[in-house]
Amino acid sequence: MRLSGADIVLECLKRIGVDTLFGYPGGVVLPLYDRMPAHPEIHHVLVRHEQGGGHAADGYARASGRLGVALATSGPGATNLVTAIQNAMMDSVPTLFITGNVARELLGKDGFQEADATGIIMPAVKHNYLVMRADDLAYTFAEAAHIAQTGRPGPVHIDIPKDVFLEEAEFTWPEEVSIRGYDVPGAGDDELVRDAAAIIDDAERPLIIAGHGIILGRAWDELVAFAEKIGTPVLNTLLGLGSIPADHALSYGMLGMHGSYEANIAASTADVVIALGNRMDDRAMGRFADFNREAKVIHVDIDASEHNKNIPATVAIVGDVKQVLPQLTAAVQTGAHAEWVREVDTLRDEHTDSMAVPSGPELSVQHIVTRISELSPEATVVTGVGQHQMWAAQQMTFTRPHQLITSGGLGTMGFEVPAAMGAQAALPGQRVWSICGDGGFQMTLHELATLLDEQLPVKMAIMNNGFLGMVRQWQELFYADNYVSVSMSQPDFVKLAEAYGIKGLRVTDIESVDAAIKEANDHPGPVLVDFQVEAEGNVWPMVPAGASLAETIETPDEVTA
Amino acid sequence: MKHTVVAMVEDRPGVLTRVASLFRRRGFNIDSLAVGTTEEQGISRMTIVVDGDDGIVQQVEHQLNKLIDVVKVSDLTGEDTVTRELVLLKVRCGAINRRGVLDIVEIFRAQVIDLSPTSLIIQVVAEEDRLDALVENLRPYGVMEMVRTGRVAMTRGEQTAAVHEEEPDELQRFHTESGRRPEGELPFTSK
Repeated sequence: MRLSGADIVLECLKRIGVDTLFGYPGGVVLPLYDRMPAHPEIHHVLVRHEQGGGHAADGYARASGRLGVALATSGPGATNLVTAIQNAMMDSVPTLFITGNVARELLGKDGFQEADATGIIMPAVKHNYLVMRADDLAYTFAEAAHIAQTGRPGPVHIDIPKDVFLEEAEFTWPEEVSIRGYDVPGAGDDELVRDAAAIIDDAERPLIIAGHGIILGRAWDELVAFAEKIGTPVLNTLLGLGSIPADHALSYGMLGMHGSYEANIAASTADVVIALGNRMDDRAMGRFADFNREAKVIHVDIDASEHNKNIPATVAIVGDVKQVLPQLTAAVQTGAHAEWVREVDTLRDEHTDSMAVPSGPELSVQHIVTRISELSPEATVVTGVGQHQMWAAQQMTFTRPHQLITSGGLGTMGFEVPAAMGAQAALPGQRVWSICGDGGFQMTLHELATLLDEQLPVKMAIMNNGFLGMVRQWQELFYADNYVSVSMSQPDFVKLAEAYGIKGLRVTDIESVDAAIKEANDHPGPVLVDFQVEAEGNVWPMVPAGASLAETIETPDEVTA
Repeated sequence: MKHTVVAMVEDRPGVLTRVASLFRRRGFNIDSLAVGTTEEQGISRMTIVVDGDDGIVQQVEHQLNKLIDVVKVSDLTGEDTVTRELVLLKVRCGAINRRGVLDIVEIFRAQVIDLSPTSLIIQVVAEEDRLDALVENLRPYGVMEMVRTGRVAMTRGEQTAAVHEEEPDELQRFHTESGRRPEGELPFTSK
């Protein structure tokens, strides 16, 4: 079947199973847009900024576990995507980014709206392509979709010159792709699994740290089975929250810079640390050199380059957690570490203050997110980056995978609205709450218009304290209260919402919180709630940057600026 | 410690950029990088000399392996290998002191490949320490210009670093016929 390049691209997307495309048109992608009406199976969402489209694809992928796809034009369209691409890269989100480029004969000539998108994006993706012939499109898309969604998932970028969209080629969809430089790890090495099992069997205080890999690898049931067999606490990284239900007896929440006291101390005193599907990064593990030097570390990850990168592993198993966990579960003895679990419970019971929800009278973010979680327990929660993100991670109850969608690795402010938009597009009929910072919200608020266009009923809660809260907290604690460029006057968010045709609510006191959340939940369309919260709340506990987890600070008095 | 890492890579546009960018970003120190074609069509061989401890070199290998265009990575350090490097040296040298230079050339089993009244070009293929010694001995005469290719290495005996894994016919056709490996027509080719 001979088709134009544009038709081939759209056919490929359909074969891949793409139903939604977040995009923004422009000169060089016009041939593609021209053919879209002929492919109604793909719904194009017209975003208001390419970064928004990129984050939407990311949110779509995280909410559904399916490939998220964003499209942009050449030059500024492509460069506007970069933040979203790097965000997906850092958090291993299966995404496909398509950009148009100038016609082949103009490449490298600095023509109108030309940017070296292939070169600019190369270090921010798992792989990328510049497709120079329509003949190559089908194979390239098949390969790209395979790479994005297998192994350690990640973003893949395809750059297509304008005239390639117009060129005709024979279209055949390759049923299989074969890439000799790309292996997808499966089961773990049996001998290493036996070594790991022996260490776990000997452990007195084993501890599991479950990360995003459990969710990406769809291994949540396997995780719970493993944890239950050895009977030991499970901590989560920020992105691992939801991999074990928060209400499970062995679930002990998040560790790290703003992890709970008991989690950080448990991680610092365990004799065996079992890290599953996470990259042991600095925000989770604290200062690498001083992370629990006594512990033996078992590190299971699909990406061999994560082993021994930050923290040396006693046993490093390369493999898919979905396959390695059953191997480990079969190899270990049924354990009971009741004493150790009690020890962690005691820590938890004795150190409740730092994470206690303030009872008022000021309106605290902790109270609001707790109430959202309690009043919409099934909701998918998308956050921005900063204090509100940490409070959401600490206080909200995540009982299922894909429930928390947050920018972990890159820490992208402005993620909250477009990613929630993408999540809602993937989850029609389900509730999505976006917990927004007042700073981050203003970075990408243009997507309010898209929400209305697309009738996506995202509920947005702006934690409006008039500050860039986390920056202010650091200036207070580590820069002697020297507040520089951190306080900001805010627009009237309610009027702003109304200007976009979206319902706006304002909450200024603790008594009105529940009513506003319920009103938002009951409203059929998108809602923005401006929660005017206390100005200078701080997130506790805290591990100062560069400190070890054992140095977790519980209260402000312990800070020596 | 210096490690010799061999990466067999797909001969595609951008592959050198990917590898170079990786080294820069991860802060790996490269002493030399030599790239060339191999016995297998569509595969290039990169010989990379990296300075660092075993942990760093393990990271180098793993990070290289993550690149889709890198087919196989081997660390030849500690293997029984032959390593060679080619050097061209332009040395200031007239009739008066030529004999001295030629003595050195002979001792090092180098070759004179160009001669002018005031200079000559010496070519030598050897291991690096011998090259270094040659350069030291020629320095007093005046080394005007030097170019080194960087180390290449090969294991002795039967063992190889080669890929030996044929691309499926369909893919090979795709690569060669469809211009995924075009020659000279792309603005962003790696070589």
